[in-house]
Amino acid sequence: MTDQGGSDGGDSPEFVIQMAGRPDDNLSPRRGVPADAPQASRDMVEAQEGDVVVVLAQIAPRLGDVAANLERHLAIIEDARRGGGHLVVFPELSLTGYFLKDLVPDVALRGDAPELVALAAACTGIDALVGLVLESEDARFHNAAVYLSGGRAVHVHRKCYLPTYGLFDEHRYLAAGDRLRAFEAPLSAARPRRPWRAGALICEDMWHPSAPALLARQGVDVFLCPSSSPGRGIVQGAALGTALSYDSMTRTYAQLFTSYLVYCNRVGFEDGVGFWGGSRVVGPQGAPLADPLGSEETLMWHRLDLGTLRRVRISYPLLRDERHDLIDNESDRLRRRRTLD
Amino acid sequence: MSQTVSAADALSIDTAVVTEILLGFIRDEVGKVGFDRVVLGLSGGIDSALVAALAARALGPEQVVPVIMPYRSSSPESEADARTVASQLGLMDPLVVDISPQVDAYFDRFPDADRGRRGNKMARERMSVLYDLSWAHRALVIGTSNKTELLLGYGTIHGDMAHALNPLGDLYKTQVFAMARALELPRRVVEKPPSADLWEGQSDEQELGFQYAVVDMLLYHMVDERRTRDELRALGFDDEFIDLVGRRLRDNQYKRRLPLIAKLSARTIDRDFRYPRDWGR
Repeated sequence: MTDQGGSDGGDSPEFVIQMAGRPDDNLSPRRGVPADAPQASRDMVEAQEGDVVVVLAQIAPRLGDVAANLERHLAIIEDARRGGGHLVVFPELSLTGYFLKDLVPDVALRGDAPELVALAAACTGIDALVGLVLESEDARFHNAAVYLSGGRAVHVHRKCYLPTYGLFDEHRYLAAGDRLRAFEAPLSAARPRRPWRAGALICEDMWHPSAPALLARQGVDVFLCPSSSPGRGIVQGAALGTALSYDSMTRTYAQLFTSYLVYCNRVGFEDGVGFWGGSRVVGPQGAPLADPLGSEETLMWHRLDLGTLRRVRISYPLLRDERHDLIDNESDRLRRRRTLD
Repeated sequence: MSQTVSAADALSIDTAVVTEILLGFIRDEVGKVGFDRVVLGLSGGIDSALVAALAARALGPEQVVPVIMPYRSSSPESEADARTVASQLGLMDPLVVDISPQVDAYFDRFPDADRGRRGNKMARERMSVLYDLSWAHRALVIGTSNKTELLLGYGTIHGDMAHALNPLGDLYKTQVFAMARALELPRRVVEKPPSADLWEGQSDEQELGFQYAVVDMLLYHMVDERRTRDELRALGFDDEFIDLVGRRLRDNQYKRRLPLIAKLSARTIDRDFRYPRDWGR
């Protein structure tokens, strides 16, 4: 049983992208992909009717240069659309870069920003999840992921957990989101036999398992997880510490919530800090569909299908057996006790 | 000194992973500021040899400008070792700039200057040579300070500590050795006792008063692992050593920071005017 939809309008973003004419024609796409993008994996994608072809855009955004990053996004979306992709997932803060510090207000976009209008306009016949700093009417700045489809924004997720420790300083500059809502991803180009339900988690959101659990309760077929994860931890043994953590989290969530999980991490360096990439799609049995990417700029193509989800959920009816009543009762008890304290 | 955790366990690194990150770092951060080559001082020691090897792999050997800057008291073997490194890596013939005339001309005015003062001056003369050659060769100055030196303050501010990029600054000396072995640097360079070679017979470990392998262990547990004094004692470090290293760590913090700016306005550089260095890159 899921708490799908709901009367609180959980699916609708709180802003409308206004179509202010055609996107700037000057934004002619330069080649958005390195020449060695993996055509092989793309050839293997034999989409059946109703399958969803997802394209992971593992890129290195240019820090603080929204115009350059926008051009790149448009080129990649266009390439993906022409290549038969149905959904492009970009990394966290893909339009701005990550370690922005005092640049945050300078690169922030409002819901009616021409950059978003241009991106939305490019998303016809294909969907995209893009990362940006979203500015509210009252000058709060959110690390956000916006899902674009059919020329408009159909969902926005504002990062709920802002890491402010170690090398992270997000809460100094950004406001935390306060909602975790699953949504219906149109994916109209794929013509699925029923709508796909999606939930977005941005990087640090993934380190709090209640976040995917809350999304899963609303019904999720695919977790979309954009990330800007800096690589660190060289002492522990055979691999990068951060990569091991995400490997374990992505497998675990996909398996326990019997859903697909799309993890798109960025690459490149900012002020000496390297982002390790490793983007992958994990299937509902907890295994990546292919080896995760390395730390180069690459596009990765994968085919997702509802039939696989159905088969796995028959074998492992974990979602069916989830005890929402139990969780609610215990949560209520804890909340009452806290009130009494 | 007996330790319950061996240095090999605590400081061991996956050299392949580190190499990949450092090659990406050099390629990305050099290219982003509009350069395609680097210039560095080759001393004949392990740190500069490792940086040269990484830069040669990242950018191509022809994009690395090696500079040998001996003083008249420098060991001739250092220069020979530096040449061995350059030729093994396929670099261009090193530029040789003898800094004796400029250093001596200065100290003619201060004949009583002690060797610490002279050593610092040499390090700063070398820095000024590298920055001049940076302009002449359109090459970014790449530094060779490792994490042990930076934490202990065992370096000259505005001398060897001045450079545009530092690939080794997060690697302890013990880890530099591991990297040098993995990258198959010349055996002599890896095996000889580390020395700043500022005066004859100088040795890092003699001057510091402890071995790199031991202090790296302590620093790792103090800095990276944030262990308490009791935990450090349990690992086998004595109070005197912990105090000595702790003091060096604290007293040299100034060398690792930009100069202090007197706070006056609402936005003071690096305090509440905070921008990434890779701004727009």
